Amino acid sequence: MVMSAQEQNIVFDARGSFCPGPLMELIRGIRQAKVGEVIEVWSSDQGSRKDIPFWTQKAGHELVGVLEEPGYTRFVVRKKR
Amino acid sequence: MPNKLSMVVFSGTVDRLYPVAIMASGAVAMGMDVDVFLTFYGLDAFRNGNPKTLQKMDVNYKEIAPMLAQLMQKKNVPSWYDMLQKAKEMGNLRVHACAMTLDLMGLKKEDLDPIVDDVVGVGQFVSEAKEGEITLFV
Repeated sequence: MVMSAQEQNIVFDARGSFCPGPLMELIRGIRQAKVGEVIEVWSSDQGSRKDIPFWTQKAGHELVGVLEEPGYTRFVVRKKR
Repeated sequence: MPNKLSMVVFSGTVDRLYPVAIMASGAVAMGMDVDVFLTFYGLDAFRNGNPKTLQKMDVNYKEIAPMLAQLMQKKNVPSWYDMLQKAKEMGNLRVHACAMTLDLMGLKKEDLDPIVDDVVGVGQFVSEAKEGEITLFV
């Protein structure tokens, strides 16, 4: 997916991608990131709202924020380990 | 006890292979191992060349299947095969071919798509599935 700088966070724009696409993008992004880095995944998929917070907690990372934008949601996650 | 999803994939139509790929992706995302056992039409879908060209849909849904296929194309949904490959890159997903079906069709491992890891008997698959929490028949 498209990667770009947004408030210094690494952004994965997964809008338009269906379940479980955005979650998979997040996992890929977290794997590439260093501990302490913050990643954003942008999603328009309805499954992400449950799946992304669930995975983030299970995998031991920090859900920094869930930000509503028109037509999509920004999930902000900090890699913790 | 291993954290595992096992699937017996009997069906070889695109509409059923999608849930296989999506369930496999979800399980891998949640850190589970995935074992897929291909048999009958499910195995036929994995013969060399078939995964990328397969267009068969379940005839029970012939009124809506073409519409769904069209929508998926329009909305750039990745193919079930691409999803399955990504899941395999991401975690421990193993694809097994049913020995009985291969013998019946006169096929060898080399006649199957490279995503298939090995050929196993039903005994081995069932023994391994027994160790997991979830087994699905698709």
